[in-house]
Amino acid sequence: MIKFLIKGILRDKSRSLLPIIVISLGVFLTVFMSGWMKGIFSDMIDMNANYTTGHVKIMTRSYAENENQLPNDLALMDVEELMGNLNADYPDMEWVKRINFGGLLDVPDENGETRAQGPAAGKAIDLLSPNSNEADRMNIKKSIVKGSIPTKSGEAIISDDFAERFGVNIGDDITIFGSTMNGSMMFQTFEVSGTINFGVSMLDRGAIIVDIADAQMALDMEDASSEILGYFKESGYDDLKADTVKATFNSAYSDINDEFSPQMFKLRDQNGLDNLLQRAETMTSIMVFIFIVSMSIVLWNTGLLGGLRRYSEYGVRLALGEEKSHIYKTIIYEAILIGLIGSIVGTLLGVGLCYYLQENGLDFSAMMKNVDMMMPPVYRAIVSPELFYVGFFPGLVAMTLGNALAGYAIYKRKTAQLFKELEV
Amino acid sequence: MKRLAIIIIAAFAFSFSTENAEDIIKKVDQNMSAENRVVESSMTIHGKRNSRTMTSISYSVGDKQSFTEYLTPAREKGTKMLKLENKLWIYSPSTDRTIQISGHMLRQSVMGSDFSYEDMMDDRELLDMYNAKLIGKEKLDDRPVFVIELTAKVDNIAYNSRKTWIDTERYVPLKEELYAKSGQLLKRVSLSDVKQVEGRWFPMKMIYKDMLKAGKGTEMHFTSIKFNQEIPEYIFTKAALKQ
Repeated sequence: MIKFLIKGILRDKSRSLLPIIVISLGVFLTVFMSGWMKGIFSDMIDMNANYTTGHVKIMTRSYAENENQLPNDLALMDVEELMGNLNADYPDMEWVKRINFGGLLDVPDENGETRAQGPAAGKAIDLLSPNSNEADRMNIKKSIVKGSIPTKSGEAIISDDFAERFGVNIGDDITIFGSTMNGSMMFQTFEVSGTINFGVSMLDRGAIIVDIADAQMALDMEDASSEILGYFKESGYDDLKADTVKATFNSAYSDINDEFSPQMFKLRDQNGLDNLLQRAETMTSIMVFIFIVSMSIVLWNTGLLGGLRRYSEYGVRLALGEEKSHIYKTIIYEAILIGLIGSIVGTLLGVGLCYYLQENGLDFSAMMKNVDMMMPPVYRAIVSPELFYVGFFPGLVAMTLGNALAGYAIYKRKTAQLFKELEV
Repeated sequence: MKRLAIIIIAAFAFSFSTENAEDIIKKVDQNMSAENRVVESSMTIHGKRNSRTMTSISYSVGDKQSFTEYLTPAREKGTKMLKLENKLWIYSPSTDRTIQISGHMLRQSVMGSDFSYEDMMDDRELLDMYNAKLIGKEKLDDRPVFVIELTAKVDNIAYNSRKTWIDTERYVPLKEELYAKSGQLLKRVSLSDVKQVEGRWFPMKMIYKDMLKAGKGTEMHFTSIKFNQEIPEYIFTKAALKQ
């Protein structure tokens, strides 16, 4: 019977084409929207994790309260011992030290006096250790515009925008003027090894990136750091795992009565991300739900129209002695077949477009020059196993359900009236 | 008739109090300001984790020129600051660099203290910057004081208004509160250890507290003050920074 039904579907295009198009379109939109939204939020999580929040982050309790002011006088101390404990307690995580600092980026003239200057937003990461993943994690190699990442102590990368504006070239000296951890004046001269453009105005504005050992020396922060970030080695951000790590760490190391004791925060605790991600997840679910409901209504309507169009056909089949239940069964089987074809086509199209956008992405950097949020300039979709069923099953069920409801009218036909109806 | 008399008396009292306030502030300016002076001081900054003390020597002429050299500790030794008119340069011996500080950076803290560069730069006489109004008399640490409200009459000023408690006998401020235009209290200053130096009263100890910052504030002790000294002109040049 299946073979017979497939032949019918293929030969009678008016019976199958519209439902297949409707299902394909609905499934395609559901799959694509799901993959696209998931991709955007996944990129946002990764970006925040890589640049600022880590999967988990450790700061002193008082540093955390004033984090926006970069209060390095409240930074973590004895970090080498703490790092050793973290590596022993959580071997499936990678732990990195980071220092954030502010100040004035000053460009000297030939007499060593100020030629140009602007506010600096400094970040110190481990650039020089052979096994460090920090340059890759912060996408520094790909974001370099001129020159290269520092290869030795005393070198720095600065914002390409700053370098262009003030005519700073590779090999020039620049001085950072600010405050050390103890409040003393910090003057430190670096040689510019490269210029960088992350494409995110919040990161690019006055950016200077130096090796963490140089920053520790300049800021009087030997064996100290602003924060320690932790990353799961084998997976991306996992909220449940992060919760467990946070709970065990804080119960072992954090003391509510000691403002300088370390305190761990998971990614979702920081930068208002919990609220943002919760809203994003709700929005995604609502959008997918709306697509599924509207697709089901359209397909039900399509089934009804199909039923009406084939009213005479069913009458003839009944007149020839075919049982109502058999006709109903063929309607359902046919709907399942059309649903399958539409869902497969829609899923393939949706996954295909998601894959394309996963590999290439859409570049919105031109529109984000004045955006101060930590958002990626290139948006990508993400292909996940969920995409293969998120639209497929609703497409199949909606078509079958629509035809089952529409086809039920077959049982209301009265054999006695068939010939009268067929005369028309 | 009775109401008119009250209004006239009130108006007279108001004009009298304004005049008095200006006279008081003039006397304060005579004590606190000088044609030139050489000051040796120590500054103790109470941070959240520790306290640091640094010593310095400052030379100033009027309110336009000043030069400060930090003497201790070793980390700060040789750091120099030069102010000419409204410009400020800082020299760091470790990098042999001279950096000009301007714009919003002038509001930053000096060496992690509760002083900003603006606070250190502004040596103008109070009457050049503010209108004064006497708002009361009270006792502060057993000393009778005038309470005077100062309101800015110029634009280029760090604090839009001040409330100051002036010793009624020695004409030196014993306490000051510095306010932003919004009315927010920004700094609180306590002055004590008032001594007579070369015929004028001068508070030798000052505790400066930035109200927007945690901590116990910054203590400034003047260990030596000499007024009307011969200060060589070359000190107030950028070349002197590198010497």
